[in-house]
Amino acid sequence: MRAALFVTCLVDQLFPRTGRAAEDLLRHLGVTVEFPPGQTCCGQVAFNDGFWSEARPLARRLLGVFDHADAVVAPSASCVAMIREFYPILLRDDPARAAQAREVGRRTYELTEFLVDVLGVVAVGAHFPHRVAYHPACHGLRLLGLREQPLRLLRHVRELDLRPLVGAEECCGFGGMFALKFAELSAAMLETKLRAIEASGAEFVTATDVSCLMHIDGGLRRRRSAVGTIPIAEILAAR
Amino acid sequence: MKTPRGAAPEPGRPIDFVRNARLALGDPFLRAALRATMVRFRDRQAAVIAEVPEWQALRDYACAVKRHTLGRLDQYLEQLEAQVALRGGHVHWARDGAEAAGIIARLARGRRVVKSKSMTSEEIGLNEALASAGCEVTETDLGEYLLQLAGEAPSHLIAPIVHRSKEFIAALLSAAAGRPLPAEPERLTAVARELLRRRFLEAEVGITGANFLVAETGTVVLVENEGNIRLTTTIPRVHIALAGVEKVIPRLADLAVFLTLLPRAATGQRMSSYVSLLTGPRRSGERDGPEEFHLVLVDNGRTAVHGDETMREVLACIRCGACLDVCPVFERVGGHAYGSVYSGPIGAVLTPLLQGLTVAGDLPFASSLCGACGEVCPVKIDLPRLLLELRARVVRSRGAPLGERLFLRAWTWVMGSAVRLTLAGSLVRLARGLVGPRPRWLPAPLSRWIAFRDLPPAAPAAFRRGRRR
Repeated sequence: MRAALFVTCLVDQLFPRTGRAAEDLLRHLGVTVEFPPGQTCCGQVAFNDGFWSEARPLARRLLGVFDHADAVVAPSASCVAMIREFYPILLRDDPARAAQAREVGRRTYELTEFLVDVLGVVAVGAHFPHRVAYHPACHGLRLLGLREQPLRLLRHVRELDLRPLVGAEECCGFGGMFALKFAELSAAMLETKLRAIEASGAEFVTATDVSCLMHIDGGLRRRRSAVGTIPIAEILAAR
Repeated sequence: MKTPRGAAPEPGRPIDFVRNARLALGDPFLRAALRATMVRFRDRQAAVIAEVPEWQALRDYACAVKRHTLGRLDQYLEQLEAQVALRGGHVHWARDGAEAAGIIARLARGRRVVKSKSMTSEEIGLNEALASAGCEVTETDLGEYLLQLAGEAPSHLIAPIVHRSKEFIAALLSAAAGRPLPAEPERLTAVARELLRRRFLEAEVGITGANFLVAETGTVVLVENEGNIRLTTTIPRVHIALAGVEKVIPRLADLAVFLTLLPRAATGQRMSSYVSLLTGPRRSGERDGPEEFHLVLVDNGRTAVHGDETMREVLACIRCGACLDVCPVFERVGGHAYGSVYSGPIGAVLTPLLQGLTVAGDLPFASSLCGACGEVCPVKIDLPRLLLELRARVVRSRGAPLGERLFLRAWTWVMGSAVRLTLAGSLVRLARGLVGPRPRWLPAPLSRWIAFRDLPPAAPAAFRRGRRR
C-alpha cells in the first residue's frame, strides 16, 4: 500500500510533530509514504470566507500535486472535507477539473479514516498512559462521518483512559476566519467547550483537526489550564 | 446600554450582526436562558428522533416531495387555487408584502381580529397594516400575545419569547389584567387564557398562517399545541390564511411524513396537540367553521429565489426551527441579533435572499460552518453549503473589509508556491518566537485572535525541511 502524505499548511509550518507522527504511524503499519514537496494549502480558509476566486488556483494546484497518488492521507479532517466535498463545488464551472476533484476526493482520507476503513486496523500498538477527552471536530464529524473510527483507535491505545466530554458534538467556535471576524462570539463558544474539557477530568484533549485544537489550546493556555491538547496522530504514534 | 432584545427589525437598514451579537453576548440573562432552553430542546429532539428508526428515510422522502413540488410549483399552485375555489374559498395572489398586507387589511377593515402565530405575517408587517385599517388585533399564541403586550418582535420560530424571564412576563400580564400576579407559569397561563377568551368570543376575523397547503384538496394544514388556532379558525365569521407560495405540497397522503417530522424536529414532541385540516368555509349542515374563507398567497421575493437554481432548496423549509436549536451561534446571541424576521441558520440564508445582500450581507458569515443545522434539518436543506454560496456572492458583489481582503490575498499568494510558503513560514515562526504567546499588539485581523486566545507554540522548523521526494 502506497500513500501520499498531505500534511496541510498548518501542520507543515506550525505543528511539524503531527506530520512526523502521521508519517511514522503509516510506515509502522507497512505503508510506503511519499511526501510530494509541491503541496501547500487546500484553500479552505479563503473558500470558507467567500474568496472563491482566490481559493481556485490553490485547489487546482493541490489536485495537480496529488493527481497520481494511490491514496492521499492527511492528519486534518477539515482539509480532507475541503477536497472531497467542496472542490467539486468550487471548480464546478470547469467540468474537467471538477471530475478530477471527484476522482482525487475518492482517494483522499483523513488519517483515522484511512487506518480503520482502508487498512482495517484499530490496534496500532500505541501506548499513552493519560486521561484523554476526544473532541469530534465538526467537519470530520459531519462531512466525513468520522464517528467511530477515532474512538475505536483511541480505545485500543494501551493505558489510555478515555473520558466522556459533555456536549462533545458542539462546535469549539473556530471556523477559520469566523474566529477572527466574530471574535467575541467565537470566544463564547470556546468558553463552553473549555469548561466541558476541564470538567471531564482529562489531562489532554484530542481531535482529528489541528486547527480546532489550535483554537482550544489557545483558550486553555489563556486560562492557564493544566489540560493540554494533542492531535490524535501523536497519540496513535506514541510508543 | 441598550440591549438588542425586543428590537423589531427595521426593513432596508443594513443589519450589523457584529454589533448585535456583541450586545447580546453582554446580556447574562439572555445567554443563560438561551443555553438552558436550547439544550432542553436539543435533548428532547434527539430523544424522539432516535425513536424513529426510519428517520433518515423520512427526511429523504420529505426532501424529495419538496424538491418535486418546487420543480412544478406553478402547476401545484394552480391546482391549489382551483381546489380552494371549488370548495367556496377565495384565493388572492400578492406580489410582495405590502400587497399581501393591503389585501388582508381590506378584508378585515375596522373589525376585531384574532391572529395565530405566523412568521409570514411578521415578514409582511401585517399588524401595522391592520392597525392602520382600524382593526383591533389580538395575537393568540401565548408567546406572541405576550410579545404584543411588550411591543417586541419574536426571537425564535417556535419559542418566540424565549428571551424574556417569567418575572418580566408576570409584570406584563399584571398590567394587562389590572392586578398583581405572581411569577408562576401556571397561574400566568390561566390569566392569559382568561384574557384571550374574551377576545376570541368578540372576534369577527381570524387570521392564521399555514404549515402546509395541499394542492390536491385545497386544504390548509395548521399544527399547534395551544388550541388557539382551533378557536381562531372556528369562532370568527371570516378566516384568512396567509402563506408563502412555497408552502404547497401535492397530496394529503404526503402529510403523514411531514406530520411525523415536524413536531419531533420543532419541539421534540411525537405529535403536536392539535392538527387542523381546513378545507374551504363552512358547508351547509356543518356546525362550525367560518362563513368566509380567504387564502392569501404571497410571493415577496420567493419567485426570485425559486429562479435561483443554487438557492432554490431553501424554499423547502417547513419553519420547524430545529436549525436554530442546534446552532451554537444562535444559542449565544438569540434571534434578535439577526435583525430580521427569520433568524438562526435559516435566517442567515433566507434573509439575504429575500432582502438582498446590501441589507443582510453580514448574516451568511455569522456561522462557524459546524454543520449541525444541515444535519438536523428534517427536509435536508444543505444550509452550510447555502451559507458558503452566499458568502461567495457577498465577496463578489460587495467585497470584504480591506484588512480581511489583504490577509486572504496575502495568504493565497503565499500558498501559491512551496518556496513562498517556506519563506513565509520561517518568517511567521521567527516572529512568533519574538513576540511570545501573548503579544500586546498584532495587526488586524490577527489582533482578534489574541484578544481571547494565546498564540500556538513556536515550532523549531517546518515539516518539509530537508526532505526530498
